[in-house]
Amino acid sequence: MKSDKLIDPVTRDLWQVIAAAEEVPIGAVETTLLLDTPIALTRDGEGQPVVWLRTVEEAGDEIDADEIVERLPVLVRYGYVWTSLGNPPPDIFPIPEYAEPDRKNMSCGSIGVNVSAPRAVENFLDMGHFPYVHTDILGAEPHTEVKEYDVEVSEERDEVLATRCRFFQPRAALSATEGIEVEYVYRVPHPFCSVLYKSCPEDESRRDVIAIFLQPMTQDRCRAHLLQSMVDSVSTITELRRFQQTIFGQDKPILENQMPRRLPLDPRAETPIRADKSAIAYRRWLSRKGIAYGVIPQAG
Amino acid sequence: MTLSIDDARWHPIASSDDLPFRHVFHGQLLGRELAVWRADDGNVNIWENRCLHRGVRLSIGINEGGELKCQYHGWRYANRSAGCTYIPAHPADAPARRIQNRTYPVREAFGLVWSAPSENAAFPDLPPAGAGTWLPLRPMPVNVAPEDVAAGLAKAFDAESPDSLTVRAGDAVYFVQPVDAGRSVIRGLIADPRTDTLALLRDRNRLLVKLRDRLERSAARKPAPAPLQPTYEKVSAELATMPDIAVPHGGTMIVVVKRKWQTARGVTGFELADRSGSHLPTFQPGAHIDVHLPNGLVRQYSITNGPGELLSYVVGVKREEVSKGGSHALADSVREGDLLTISEPRNNFPLRRDATRTVLVAAGIGITPILSMARFLDKSDLPYELHYFVRDADAAAFRDRLNALRGKVTVHDALARDAIRQTIGEALGRWSFAQHVYICGPGSMLEMVRALAADLDWPDEAVHFEYFRNDRVIDDSSSFEIELARSAMTLQVPAGKTILEVMREAGVTVLSSCEQGACGTCMTTVIEGEVDHQDVYLNESEKRANKAIMTCVSRAKSARLVLDI
Ligand code: FES
Ligand SMILES: [Fe+2]
Repeated sequence: MKSDKLIDPVTRDLWQVIAAAEEVPIGAVETTLLLDTPIALTRDGEGQPVVWLRTVEEAGDEIDADEIVERLPVLVRYGYVWTSLGNPPPDIFPIPEYAEPDRKNMSCGSIGVNVSAPRAVENFLDMGHFPYVHTDILGAEPHTEVKEYDVEVSEERDEVLATRCRFFQPRAALSATEGIEVEYVYRVPHPFCSVLYKSCPEDESRRDVIAIFLQPMTQDRCRAHLLQSMVDSVSTITELRRFQQTIFGQDKPILENQMPRRLPLDPRAETPIRADKSAIAYRRWLSRKGIAYGVIPQAG
Repeated sequence: MTLSIDDARWHPIASSDDLPFRHVFHGQLLGRELAVWRADDGNVNIWENRCLHRGVRLSIGINEGGELKCQYHGWRYANRSAGCTYIPAHPADAPARRIQNRTYPVREAFGLVWSAPSENAAFPDLPPAGAGTWLPLRPMPVNVAPEDVAAGLAKAFDAESPDSLTVRAGDAVYFVQPVDAGRSVIRGLIADPRTDTLALLRDRNRLLVKLRDRLERSAARKPAPAPLQPTYEKVSAELATMPDIAVPHGGTMIVVVKRKWQTARGVTGFELADRSGSHLPTFQPGAHIDVHLPNGLVRQYSITNGPGELLSYVVGVKREEVSKGGSHALADSVREGDLLTISEPRNNFPLRRDATRTVLVAAGIGITPILSMARFLDKSDLPYELHYFVRDADAAAFRDRLNALRGKVTVHDALARDAIRQTIGEALGRWSFAQHVYICGPGSMLEMVRALAADLDWPDEAVHFEYFRNDRVIDDSSSFEIELARSAMTLQVPAGKTILEVMREAGVTVLSSCEQGACGTCMTTVIEGEVDHQDVYLNESEKRANKAIMTCVSRAKSARLVLDI
């Protein structure tokens, strides 16, 4: 199969997100694309997702899940269905906050973007674009400074971690009313996923959690699946969802105008600045891991 | 003839009408995407369509008149040079000079905008259009290989079969713009018939539509040619390593004095331009150049220009009553047409563009950097006020440029010290978030503003000024070892002696000029060790980077310094 050559072994063995769990139909086929590979999925009588390599099935076909013999591995985490084309580890990265009983957990939709998954991760890590792309929501001119922050690659957890990130925001969350300096922590626990923690306007001691899980469909196309785990007693789920969708809707046209679509790992391909420390760490981490999908690997 | 991305010919890429005021046009040539925009001064820029920062298309950017602003993180690129002038994420820093986008040659002629991969090709020369002028036809995109389109045109209009992508047929000339290996745009010019113009244009357009349809049909029967593969140039290794600094290494150039005039009593304006008429290097508001004077001295002068004005630098020179020979030499002996050596612009006085209010205070010749700052803020519609203090009305320089500003600009003449203090105090007001003040003037004025600002709660980071002279008391009490990596020498620097002196005593040749840490001539690269910076040449981020040292005043904090010499 041609796509075999395109998928590096590290990427092949990862868990990959493919759909919001609640949106997978019971008894009917849903189709999607993962790493250039056609995928079909459905839910069985107990509501458990079943995923397999799609052959002749069409979306909407009726199907009895019990008849599917050759199945791909499945995991349901954070409201999403994950699978793998290789031999995945026993579990995916933890987001402990998700289990806290008083949080509003929600999936915020799956949005196709004509850009590689790593480009979308990098955009998620980036604060510098807030005033320009999320004007009057996550930032506003003239307040454009990205203050010094810390980045490390945690050896133990094998993830990129950016801490002490601060940005001036006119309206940082739905429940915020005036400008404040918002604090963020970013994690990249998976080559195509990132989790951010931001100061919660309602409770100073806790943090809202927003995660982006990218489904690499092809080398330069992906689907963004968003998760919110919020401490917000005022807003409705619909409002919170819409807020996050608005934000991502603003990112999409910018992402689709990035050239090249795959993320270049050669340090000399683009011009980083101090504000891009987390992106630099992310690119190096991908390089070191040997990720070749959705990126332009460094030559030599 | 097959197309290559290095095809050296000139090709039309747009109509002049595609570039209305403050617009950015998305152009394509030989598989490359281009961002095409006209600055307010009329200059057309053709750039690679990609921001150097994170690759976002510049064709979706914002044309601010003198600078192009990227949509993603707001980086600004200057008209003409495509040099980056501002990085909003780090508003207090001057961007590294080498951040410069790729530009392509431009010509504008016959209502068309032309480009070529390099300047070397001869520009097609078109005979005058009979008795009248050339009228451009509506551009016609055709999804067919450019060579085939040219052949098709030649056949359709019974013209000689073309050896290039230009087809002349009677009263018309057709240029085939090679968009890519399999895509073209026909850009035709027709001699203005003076009568029934509209009917003729309509008729020609109809013929071209027919031709397009026919060519596309027959192209569909052949395999599509592989698209051209343009490559992106790599950025320099230095930029790739997070350039919070890039200390320039004394590049100089020769300029011609294009104009010299008296702009106020005691102040001479100089307009300095490239000898061949090319643009000068990118500068940022607040930047200065070193001017090498005929008598061997080097003096610093601030650039007064606004955004994207790179055809010349305008500086102001005050004829000091007591001068150490600097301004006299320039004001008296240099004439229009003379050549001068200047340095590339340096910026130790960067302007933040992230203030909700900017207060600009200038006195006397201090107006020069302040004027440039005001012109940048003005163009970007950022709120500012400018207070210019002069001895009397005749002493106010660059009046015409000041008058062109739309912000609050006040020239205060003949104010007594107390009145000056009061005016500045009122202008400052109590500090609030995101307000910044910039001062340029004599030391006494600087001290006054700093004291006033401190009283009004202005934090140090919000008060900006520049030194051209090092007035600091140099602390030379330390002693340490220096290792000269290239000369393979280890020397001891005792208290009371400078690195420069010790190196010279050891027979090492090192250049110097001011020997007070102000001019940068003695700058040396640091390989190892921590520098005790005592100069005023490097800016804060350059000092932090610990990559260069002024050996005439600066010393070591560590026991050992390794220098690249
Ligand atoms: S991509 Fe243009 S400013 Fe960042
Ligand atoms: Fe964003």
